[in-house]
Amino acid sequence: MRRIVRIASLAYALAVYAFIFLPVVVLVLFSLQSTSFPIPPFTGPSLRWYEAVLSDTRLTSALVNSLLVASISSLAAVTLGFLSAWGFARFVLPGSALLRGLITLPLTVSYLIIGMGLLVLFNWAGVPKSLLAAGIGHVVINLPLCFAIIYSQMGDHQINIERAARDLGAPEWKVLLLVTVPVMAPAIFAGFFLSMTFSWDEFVISFLLTRFDTTLPVEIWNLLRSGLNPKTNAVGSLVFAVSIVLVVLFELTLLRRKPV
Amino acid sequence: MSTPLVDIRNVSHRFGQLAVLKNVSLRIEPGSYTILLGPSGSGKTTLLSILGGFVNPSEGKVLIRGEDCTSMPPARRPTTTVFQDYALFPHMSVGANVGFGLRMQGVDSATRAAKAREALALVGLASTFDKKPHQLSGGQRQRVALARALVIEPAVLLLDEPLGALDLKLRRQMQDELKAIQKRVGTAFIHVTHDQEEAMALADHCVVMNDGRIEDEGAPERVYARPATRFSATFMGESTILAGNVSGNGNGHMTITTEIGPISLPGTSSVGTGIALAIRPEHIVLGEGRSDTPLGTAKVSDVVFQGSFKRVLAASNQNPGLQFIAKAPASAVIQPGDTVGVSCNAGDIIQLAG
Amino acid sequence: MSTTGNDRRALPWALVTPALGWTLAFFVLPFIAMGLSSLTAHEGGGFGLSNYSQFFTNPSYWQAMVNSLQVTAIVTVVSVLLAYPFAWILAEQVPERWQRLALMLAVLPFWTSYVVRSYSWLLVLAQNGVINRALTGSGLISEPLQLANTRLATVTGFVHFFVMLLTLTIFANLKQLSPSYRKAAADLGAGPVRTFLHVVLPLTLPGIMVGAFLTFVLCIGDYITPQILGGNNELLMPQLVMMQIGRRGDFPLASALSIILMAVVTVAYLACARWLKIERT
Repeated sequence: MRRIVRIASLAYALAVYAFIFLPVVVLVLFSLQSTSFPIPPFTGPSLRWYEAVLSDTRLTSALVNSLLVASISSLAAVTLGFLSAWGFARFVLPGSALLRGLITLPLTVSYLIIGMGLLVLFNWAGVPKSLLAAGIGHVVINLPLCFAIIYSQMGDHQINIERAARDLGAPEWKVLLLVTVPVMAPAIFAGFFLSMTFSWDEFVISFLLTRFDTTLPVEIWNLLRSGLNPKTNAVGSLVFAVSIVLVVLFELTLLRRKPV
Repeated sequence: MSTPLVDIRNVSHRFGQLAVLKNVSLRIEPGSYTILLGPSGSGKTTLLSILGGFVNPSEGKVLIRGEDCTSMPPARRPTTTVFQDYALFPHMSVGANVGFGLRMQGVDSATRAAKAREALALVGLASTFDKKPHQLSGGQRQRVALARALVIEPAVLLLDEPLGALDLKLRRQMQDELKAIQKRVGTAFIHVTHDQEEAMALADHCVVMNDGRIEDEGAPERVYARPATRFSATFMGESTILAGNVSGNGNGHMTITTEIGPISLPGTSSVGTGIALAIRPEHIVLGEGRSDTPLGTAKVSDVVFQGSFKRVLAASNQNPGLQFIAKAPASAVIQPGDTVGVSCNAGDIIQLAG
Repeated sequence: MSTTGNDRRALPWALVTPALGWTLAFFVLPFIAMGLSSLTAHEGGGFGLSNYSQFFTNPSYWQAMVNSLQVTAIVTVVSVLLAYPFAWILAEQVPERWQRLALMLAVLPFWTSYVVRSYSWLLVLAQNGVINRALTGSGLISEPLQLANTRLATVTGFVHFFVMLLTLTIFANLKQLSPSYRKAAADLGAGPVRTFLHVVLPLTLPGIMVGAFLTFVLCIGDYITPQILGGNNELLMPQLVMMQIGRRGDFPLASALSIILMAVVTVAYLACARWLKIERT
């Protein structure tokens, strides 16, 4: 009986792994195709489509744009999130629960609707479509995330640590720089990297709010119009690689916070 | 009387509707070891927070060295606090923790390190300078917190249940050490606890608090031997309490009618005054004794062997609602169900306002 | 509890105002703008509910909502049914020290780009893609099947994503269960099957509900997967919204449809709110 369960489990798990990896394997494999269609039979390996991607200035500048928007908007989101989390965790403010609810509210609304709202507003206000507009949208989706992560990590123990610093003569800004930020560093990094990956991958807001200069997911979308193309496979594989690097960095910061 | 080091004048405090301190006044002398003793909710921790500057009192004033500190922030007061959870900075080494206060004062790093080492040596932890707080045991962290607070030479050191997180054996050991360190540095310590043994072992001056008020204060020997109120008679050590009324006076003695019969005590008081009598367990004599005041007979309900003595609970036969708490020698032959005579010496009876 | 001096009253507001201001300016205000816009007519101006009545009277709009709800329901159910046994195997059958790696592998494609993930499925499901080539090559079928640009393709793309997401949440849930529950059940005479049915499953149910709700919300609001994999044969709500903006520049109607979509999510949230309370034990 136990043996049957084990064999069945193994078979099931392998089937699910196969399902999960099938598209990724096909993507990466046919990015190495030497002919013009990413469909069987496999004719590679060849790096010609990677060369094509790297020499395509639209794609490379979109990649730079994506990294810029992701890093700047994440920095803004984590800064605003940290300051507000600190304010709410440390001080008694009237209507605190309501205001905290307001900050986390965008988490429950889909990106499409957030993007639509900004599009309508910017359209009325005469704000042109730009990377800046998309970046503003990315802060809207990542600020509640950073706030929630950092706020949840501000325990009562840290209140006394900050009090001790004040008691020993530290002015408020030194409490912040020398005590609060270092103690909260793991949560701050977690918020930052998670925001980076979300912004890096975000499509619909960038699609609605940018026009000529755009981010990589939107540029890849534009590539799709030409149908199946190994160049799309190559750029997709590159994006995958960058995401994995971000995730590994995130894992490392999570692991490093173990000794408390 | 000279100016006291700390002068708390008519301090009251409310959290919302809840009054946690009710018109408290207290003076603290330089170099003394003061214990604020009371059950949870008595207001002792709030009083300490007011001294430390973490809470501004609703009413009243706090003067330290004659200066009004009532609404001065913690950093500018000549006080430092040792927190119950120690509040060591987890990302800094032990040395950096101890040197933090000096760094805030702008002291250069060489002097800082030297002073921090000195302070760590004072608490017996010279070798931990480069360690991180999480590498230390609970008792060691406690001592680092003490060194960190002492190194900036405060006029008053505030300790919030400093031994609360330690196990019993370590607590007794740290008690002795705290007392020794306080004598060595000569700083006034104000220490909050709910442990009366800790209070008796450490205090020069013991302040018993209950329900936002000071019930009693003075040398612990005095507070124990002659408690001022019924609360301090039962909180600072145990007591059997007899309620009664003065029923007659004569020859320097008064007769008090109690629930277990009349008792004669030295002193005079007007007839009809309500009075409460407290008797410490070690003063209650069970069986045939040579004491001068009989207290009737009682039925033993419980005997607990405590090592050096036996703690005996016995219900009075005259008034089964009254329970005697007595200390019998470890060798005493006594069992639940026994009926015993109870007595004591009139001189050991503590008179309290009824 | 800290009572601070009057001089420090300004600091907390200085800390929280930027975040609140951002949320008001770029989340609440756009939402109000969208609400107002939805009440105007695309041509001719004037206020009214015409955009909303259009949704209820135009069968093709109505159909998009029905399609969306159907696809979302299928995706949620299939994803939970696939992910639960998988998470259970990872948590119970895989040796402890390999679990972290096994889980990381199981969610690795989660981190490919959103657009790229759907495109990858297109490669697999296309007319002359991997699956059709394999099937015709082995002689099982003579003509390639129509797999891409169907509801099946949309559902497959979604299920792929949500199986990973749900595996992650259900695995975390199973690992949080104290082993003593299982020991107690076994001690009281329950076999493995009954232990699972009466102890493990009920205790992980709240976690499954949270995961299922997350699936519902993310799935019903997604534009990419149905657009790339389902094509335009059958429209889902997000596609309908984007179509108003793209082809016709009809912001008022797009706003009205967005608000209706959001209302549906809110109703779904209220309907299962009592199962969504995350219990801390």
